[in-house]
Amino acid sequence: MKSGKRQKRLTSLFIINGTLLFLILIWTIPTLGIFVSSFRARDNIATSGWWRVFPYRDWQAVKEIDPNQAGLDANGVMKIEGVSGTFEEFRAGVGTPDGKQRITWIGNKRIGKIEVQEQVWSVDWNFTLDNYRQVLGGQDFEFKKPDGTIQVVPGDNMSGAFLNSLAVAIPSTVIPILIAAFAAYAFAWMQFPGRRFMFIVVIALLVVPLQIALVPILRDYKAIQLNGTFLAIWLAHAGFGLALATYLLYNYISGLPREILESAFIDGASHFTVFTSLVLPLSVPALASFAIFQFLWVWNDYLVALIFLGGNPEFELVTQRMAAIVGSRGSEWHLLTAGAFVSMALPLLVFFTMQRYFVRGLLAGSVKG
Amino acid sequence: MNSLNSEKELNQPLGVRILAFIGRVLVAISIPLIAFYVLYQGFLFLRDSNASRGIIAAVAIVWGVGGVALLYWVFNGLVERLPDSWRIRLLPFVFVGPALAILSWYLAIPTLRTFWLSLFGRDGPPKGFSILQQLASDSFVGLSNYTAVFTDRLMQEAFRNNLMWIIFGSTFSIIFGLIIAVLADRSSFEKLAKSLIFLPMAISFVGASVIWNFIYEYRPANQPQIGLLNSIVVSLGGTPQAWPQWVDIAPWNNLFLIVMVVWLQTGFTMVLFSAALKGIPEELMEAGRIDGANEFQVFFHIMIPYIRGTIISVWTTVVIFTLKIFDVVWVMTGGQFGTHVIATQFYRQSFTNQNSGYGSAIAIVLLIAVIPVMFYNLKQFREQEAF
Repeated sequence: MKSGKRQKRLTSLFIINGTLLFLILIWTIPTLGIFVSSFRARDNIATSGWWRVFPYRDWQAVKEIDPNQAGLDANGVMKIEGVSGTFEEFRAGVGTPDGKQRITWIGNKRIGKIEVQEQVWSVDWNFTLDNYRQVLGGQDFEFKKPDGTIQVVPGDNMSGAFLNSLAVAIPSTVIPILIAAFAAYAFAWMQFPGRRFMFIVVIALLVVPLQIALVPILRDYKAIQLNGTFLAIWLAHAGFGLALATYLLYNYISGLPREILESAFIDGASHFTVFTSLVLPLSVPALASFAIFQFLWVWNDYLVALIFLGGNPEFELVTQRMAAIVGSRGSEWHLLTAGAFVSMALPLLVFFTMQRYFVRGLLAGSVKG
Repeated sequence: MNSLNSEKELNQPLGVRILAFIGRVLVAISIPLIAFYVLYQGFLFLRDSNASRGIIAAVAIVWGVGGVALLYWVFNGLVERLPDSWRIRLLPFVFVGPALAILSWYLAIPTLRTFWLSLFGRDGPPKGFSILQQLASDSFVGLSNYTAVFTDRLMQEAFRNNLMWIIFGSTFSIIFGLIIAVLADRSSFEKLAKSLIFLPMAISFVGASVIWNFIYEYRPANQPQIGLLNSIVVSLGGTPQAWPQWVDIAPWNNLFLIVMVVWLQTGFTMVLFSAALKGIPEELMEAGRIDGANEFQVFFHIMIPYIRGTIISVWTTVVIFTLKIFDVVWVMTGGQFGTHVIATQFYRQSFTNQNSGYGSAIAIVLLIAVIPVMFYNLKQFREQEAF
């Protein structure tokens, strides 16, 4: 009885872990694929699957035969190493009866050679950093083909886009947080006419799709010649993230212990002092959760950048740069994979170092417009 | 603090008091003026300068972040100098004002402006006329943009696709999120499992498009397949396809795009479900097991009902998210091959075709679709009553 129960526990544990492992594999393989590929040489990516970095059975030559010396007529049926077939069949490879070897004609009819091949375990570990060099560089990039010729291709200037993205993402994160924290403090700790109504407006705006604002805002920007500048996109991101920021920070700041703030007021501190020296430091966890949220959102945003920075190639962001490479060189996987990883590096770093805060922010309840 | 100062000042001779007053006024005026001047110069520099990227980026960060802090500091300083009664009245608006101004400019007022635009033709209402004159002008088209939105063939296709996105996207994200949350809770590597499933949340849709394009990569049948999906299909004896672009199976080729969002969103649903599941009292499930319920019955009759509230709120979040889906479709197919959705149509009409009236009507339709959620949120807020 007891051992039966233990047996059952073990099988259920096995099923649970097995299923989970399977799902994790499915979820991870897509990312793994481009990560591995980004380090593979240009020609390897284009001609074979990335899973070749794992051991696989490959045909390798053990013996070479010169068709002219062997006196073979490529236009008829030939008999090589005890196997017979036409030129076309040998081009595709003909297996020997015992199945261990394969005979393949390499090259054309006149100047070709015949290989007797055997299957051996092999891996493609021809890794390189060239893809990253090319995708990051702004200048022309010299690339050496396997046959020794040198081809010059323009770099993709991902590093410039990376800097632009930083210049957009940092203020777009800090500005709304600062503004929202002031507002959240006022909602939580100050009395003023219209307070309830204003907060209802904030809640109503939580789910308003940002598409609604794009056309009017673009008109305003054009009227004051702001379109295509950093300021334009910071303000836009601040505007679109502010409702959620105010809501989340209000939930946190209104929950701070009343006694601490009251004793500060009794000591004669002004609201501004209480806010900067007490409330902000105490709210660091909430500020951090929203900061990560907003940073990832802005860094990964494509639509807002497309509209408010779209006209200015100097200020292109990583998402725009990537989308441009997808559009113009959609089959150059050595660039796409390396570029994708450059664009993901920072979000992934932020994500892994601050996952705790990110999860907390999610749990604080959030729907973004 | 202010009253203390004024008592001290009362003891000083009149001339000193007047001088001090003038000095204070000068400081009160000049600090904001200098602040605005610096900010304006920074703005001009950022708008017009041709300096190198690195310098612009650095100035941008200092100016943007410092500027906002400076503005609050200046306005607070101004208000603090006012008499008590005015200070108490105005200070809250220094704190809450910028947020409301930005929210109004960027979301609240544009809602009305977009609605107004949606009543006009492609170039919007004629400039420089009063509202009544605009209404009387030729460009006023009434609701005909909306009629077009609901009758246009491409729009109907977009509505159908968005419905698919909402149904399949939300269902699969929620099912996988639940399964993984439950499994991870009992597995031996919960933390690692959750991190790996959660990881795609940090990846942009453009990045995800590269990742999945690589999986869907198509090569003619006689060449080695470098895309994982086609490689599997070929090794099973099938013919390779360019999956999202496979028009023959439309509208089902949309599923190849929807998969990407399920892949990205499941981390989100899983985290929320996992937290909710941990809130279920262990005794409750134990009681069910003692009564003879097997694990599946415990799952369906105890866990699911217990976390119903979470499931509903996660579901609305994912639905709103998929309703506005844009980047994936735009980068993967550009809306071709029968994959347009509402947001890509909005973009195409507003910015590619420059038809602001039509585009605005589409945006208003999107807004109307989220209004039920808006009311639900407001109802929840009213029930809290703590405000």
